[in-house]
Amino acid sequence: MSVRDDVSARLPGGDAGLIVAVLLVIYAAYVLIGVGLGYSLRGQLNTIAVLTFYIGVFAMLALALNLHWGYTGLFNIGIVGFMAVGIYVMALVSKPLYESGGAAQVGGLGLPLVVGIIAGMVAAALLGLVIALPALRLRADYLAIVTIAMSEIVRFSFLSGELQQFQLLGERVGFGGGSGLILDFTDPLEAFFGFFGLWDAYLGFVDSFEVLVPNNPKPVVDGLVYGVVLLFFVAAFYWLLKRTGESPFGRVLKAIREDEDVANSLGKNTNRFKIKAFMLGCALMGLAGILWLMTSGAVTPNFFRPRITFFVWIALIIGGAGSNTGSVLGGAVFAALLYQGPRYLKNLVDTVLPNADAPSGFGPAIAPLISNFDPAPLFFYTIDSIRQLQLVFMGLVLIWLMHNRPEGMLGYRKETAAGIPLTAARARGTAETDGGESASGGGSDE
Amino acid sequence: MAANPLPEVVPMSEAADAGDGDEPGVESGATSGAGAVGDAPTELNLGSGGPSVSEEYPLQVDSLRKSFGGITAVDDASFQVERGSLTGLIGPNGAGKSTTFNLITGMLQPDSGTVTFDGEDITGEKAHAIANRGLVRTFQIARELQEMTVLENMMLAPKYQRGEALWRSVTPGFRGDVIEQESELLDRVWNVLEFFEIDHIAEEYAGNLSGGQRKLLEMARALLTDPDMLLLDEPFAGVNPSLERRLLDHIHELREQGYTFLLVEHDMDLIMENCERVIVLHQGRVLTEGTPAEIQANEEVIEAYLGGNV
Repeated sequence: MSVRDDVSARLPGGDAGLIVAVLLVIYAAYVLIGVGLGYSLRGQLNTIAVLTFYIGVFAMLALALNLHWGYTGLFNIGIVGFMAVGIYVMALVSKPLYESGGAAQVGGLGLPLVVGIIAGMVAAALLGLVIALPALRLRADYLAIVTIAMSEIVRFSFLSGELQQFQLLGERVGFGGGSGLILDFTDPLEAFFGFFGLWDAYLGFVDSFEVLVPNNPKPVVDGLVYGVVLLFFVAAFYWLLKRTGESPFGRVLKAIREDEDVANSLGKNTNRFKIKAFMLGCALMGLAGILWLMTSGAVTPNFFRPRITFFVWIALIIGGAGSNTGSVLGGAVFAALLYQGPRYLKNLVDTVLPNADAPSGFGPAIAPLISNFDPAPLFFYTIDSIRQLQLVFMGLVLIWLMHNRPEGMLGYRKETAAGIPLTAARARGTAETDGGESASGGGSDE
Repeated sequence: MAANPLPEVVPMSEAADAGDGDEPGVESGATSGAGAVGDAPTELNLGSGGPSVSEEYPLQVDSLRKSFGGITAVDDASFQVERGSLTGLIGPNGAGKSTTFNLITGMLQPDSGTVTFDGEDITGEKAHAIANRGLVRTFQIARELQEMTVLENMMLAPKYQRGEALWRSVTPGFRGDVIEQESELLDRVWNVLEFFEIDHIAEEYAGNLSGGQRKLLEMARALLTDPDMLLLDEPFAGVNPSLERRLLDHIHELREQGYTFLLVEHDMDLIMENCERVIVLHQGRVLTEGTPAEIQANEEVIEAYLGGNV
């Protein structure tokens, strides 16, 4: 609470200002390091595009998880399952009809992307309902077991041969099995701008970038623009969940998190509230999965391993469960420092020291350090294995956070669950009854 | 089951008088405390015009039975509570009082027997459905919602809030209705907070309150559901004597407004001084019931409390 009072009260724009400020600091750090090491402009822009992409998806997922865990206290560790269902159903609906001889083994229903996205979200929400109906009656930990089992069941289902190819409405469709599914629907950006009749304008806009990025600027600009689109989605998630939290509905969710029996004894049908909140969060996770993967060209079931679920949890814990602002910040910090940071670091080291050979194993790496105190081989070995070490590092951060700052980087926050500011109304009421007495005015400002 | 309980007992009017004398000096709350007896109905505005039950005996419990494994916690208990009365439910530890409460309010399902509220059979209904019928309970150990402020705790309670529908809370154009109702509810909440004289801690987290303040909060919150009848499970446990007096004053004021109370309590003196009727549970059965005077004279009750064979 104190941290938040100090920081976001001083910033113009309050919480939104805080989020923008943190994003700017992250970008500035990335750009500065890039500039210092002589990255080309194209490289810089690419780095920023990729960074924005991951900030966007992790912020969205953390926001959705915050609705489950931070507000309602639902221990969902099956996030990745809902993402998978979202993108797979979206692909099923939006992939073009099967044509023999094409690159894709199976087709889809050939419906517009928007229909596919909605279908994917609905499917994720329905899967949430199917899980919620039996599992929400159980104690919280059992929901965790059921959700993680579900996410693995979903992954294995998409791996299975039975679902690789089947007939739906007379069309040859399927999920592609273990070899993956080609996402050969219209490029999402093209569909998006085409919908407004702006595709040609967009192509002209891309061409104007040749001044900055000669030789095919389109992939770079596409990446940046898609990043901006994702940030708009983050803003939309934030808006929706803030309204959800600041309402009587959100108040009941908070009460369920605190003590479900009390909410029940006050006449709230807590099961219905839990199911609704769970389904909404699942739909948003499905949407985040769609947005994460729809531009990736293809999707394989083994992408959806539980580790992504735990990434989202780490992001939420960094930001602080229970706070939407914290969720966005947690997503951004996680993406920038823990997820992309080590990879960026490795790229940097490779650029600075292009000729350094990393030892082939741990033995050759550690031997020079012991024999003649030469740390260089171990350092290069570490940098070379940074993708594996990244997980160790995340685990350490998680342990440190749980011990030292379980309430997250923003600390305890007072985000009141009501549609109106409860304090301000009090100030008004006191002024009315006491006739503007100075003492009461002073007290109500607290 | 005498059909003629004394409606007015001396200590009650005494309590009402004591109420305005020694207010612990709250500026704005003082007005509500002082006028409590005379114009009480206008003081406590729950937006519904107070309790409404049609039956003479709104709560009837018939042959209720519940066992956990080999232990029969409630064994064929039958009693009824008269409208507008303050009825005490007493019994030694383990007599089945809390289990009876849980069975009445739907937190537990009885093995057999029926619970009737305001003429309708509510046996086996869900806890929230029973609360929505106007039969609301408080808990033995105050269960405030710790990480919510007192105001949030209170705003939670009113029934059938428009904004409890998710779509209405988020859809532009409809949220206006929700906001409007929130303002109405907030006025009502302040009214009740002032009635209970806890308006000075309104913005405090409920987890930071003292034990007594939690009890007040819990009763205030239960009242905001606009109940017809309140079941209070040891509302005075851990409450200091002056706060106990205040709580009792509030209960008596509310009872005079027509609310019905069923009270579990261990303090015999308190029960005997304040309740019109007393039901004694022992080993899951109703040992006896009657006026305080009758209970005090009852040999069986004395034996049950002293641990004799009954």
